[in-house]
Amino acid sequence: MPPRPRPSTSANQPERSSSGRYSLGRLLREGLNGQRGWSRAWAKAAPRPRYRAVIVGGGGHGLATAFYLATRHGISDVAVLERGPIGLGNVGRNTTIIRSNYFQPANVRFYEFSLKLWESLERTLNFNAMVSQRGTLNLFHSEAQRDLFTRRANLMRLEGVDAEALSREQVKALVPLVDLDNGRYPVLGGFLQPRGGTVRHDAVAWGFARGASEAGVDIVEHCAVTGIRRDGARVTGVETSRGFIAADTVCLAVAGHSSELARMAGLTLPIETHVLQAFVTEGLKPLVDVVLTYGAGHFYISQSDKGGLVFGGAIDGYNTYGQRGTLPMVEEVTAAAVTLLPALARVRVLRQWGGVMDMSMDGSPIISQTPLAGLILNGGWCYGGFKAIPAGGFTTAHLIAHGQPHPLAAHLDLSRFAAGRTVDERGVGPFPWLH
Amino acid sequence: MLRIPCPWCGVRDEVEFRYRGDAGKSRPAAAAGLAEFNAYVYARDNPLGWHLEWWLHVGGCRRLIRLERHTLSHEIRRVESAD
Repeated sequence: MPPRPRPSTSANQPERSSSGRYSLGRLLREGLNGQRGWSRAWAKAAPRPRYRAVIVGGGGHGLATAFYLATRHGISDVAVLERGPIGLGNVGRNTTIIRSNYFQPANVRFYEFSLKLWESLERTLNFNAMVSQRGTLNLFHSEAQRDLFTRRANLMRLEGVDAEALSREQVKALVPLVDLDNGRYPVLGGFLQPRGGTVRHDAVAWGFARGASEAGVDIVEHCAVTGIRRDGARVTGVETSRGFIAADTVCLAVAGHSSELARMAGLTLPIETHVLQAFVTEGLKPLVDVVLTYGAGHFYISQSDKGGLVFGGAIDGYNTYGQRGTLPMVEEVTAAAVTLLPALARVRVLRQWGGVMDMSMDGSPIISQTPLAGLILNGGWCYGGFKAIPAGGFTTAHLIAHGQPHPLAAHLDLSRFAAGRTVDERGVGPFPWLH
Repeated sequence: MLRIPCPWCGVRDEVEFRYRGDAGKSRPAAAAGLAEFNAYVYARDNPLGWHLEWWLHVGGCRRLIRLERHTLSHEIRRVESAD
């Protein structure tokens, strides 16, 4: 657990207090000391009138971008502007899954780099993000699907990524609750990525915020961007609810609302906003100890360390900015749940929520310069934003620092659409609601 | 649950329909050039507000309808036949 923010007890405590290194020794000392020695994990900064870089959006990607800018590129003259508090956007609304089992080789390389960063993230941040590599298991239900998954696994292995084929019996041994012979879509087997898993998403936001703040970044909460100021084809800063802030570079990291922010700069993006729902059940004894996905519908499930089953499905399927979702998708997701795992029919769902996401026209994200000088876009994350946070932040920071895309994210440029180089992971064409 | 007033069938649940996307786009002339075709195929206004969109009534009259819906409240204020 990170420390709760508490009011300063000392009058001469500096505003940017370091929360210090977290360690077992310190935990024991504070335990004996009434937990009085903890300080805020990140400073509550007020915005200054100008910065080298302003990052709009204090979610996972915005905070990670700021962290890597400060720690890898020595650029700490950076502000992260968040309209609400840190951690209440999509970084805290997803189903916390990490994996790199993609199809397009360039995507495999990008998400594999992200998975490697997750593997060392807790040491990098000195923060317990509860990275749990419990494995992600994708089930298949037809011979055609087995062939497709085999091809994907082979492509992954060519890139040096782990992928294992499991028989029906091995699936049953790993997840005994699976109904292999369910009447409609019998399970023929599965593919396991043993290094996939889950991460505690709140801790990712808090850990990156703390790391960025300690490296000198201003994290400005409750600061909504209301306009983007331009001088011809160059962006010069942002209008906010707390006044104008000038910047050499403005980076948008507001997936879900990228279109609205880009409109402030006069740009139209290849993105639609859709809602994706997630669910959590009452706490249970350990039942599902991998991340399990169903192949005959869109359904994925894992169990949190508190015991709740966390699961989700597909987007509702029409443009919406409403962070709630509607009932037909609730029915579809829960029907998939009880088809695959009939025992779940007796489990109560405690909570349901929705997050709005940028669904891009080819189903792949965008990390790119824009037609406006000084404006950088990190968005279009579709379903894949959470797992990509470390790599997204790393490569966006590279783009801001060097003005050139990082080689791992060069295929995610905005100009790919006009150039006919779309990265269509599922091959469905320019229909965002189908990705 | 959206309740969509189909001009042919009356008010029906959203599950009878398939979403077909932004209805504010029209196909450019064949010689319009790359920029216009790129805007037609890929660029979307994606407003937080009123949105003109296509829905196909697959579970009813099987006709394409155009409606104006608010992307935050989901209120529908105008529905018309695509013909």
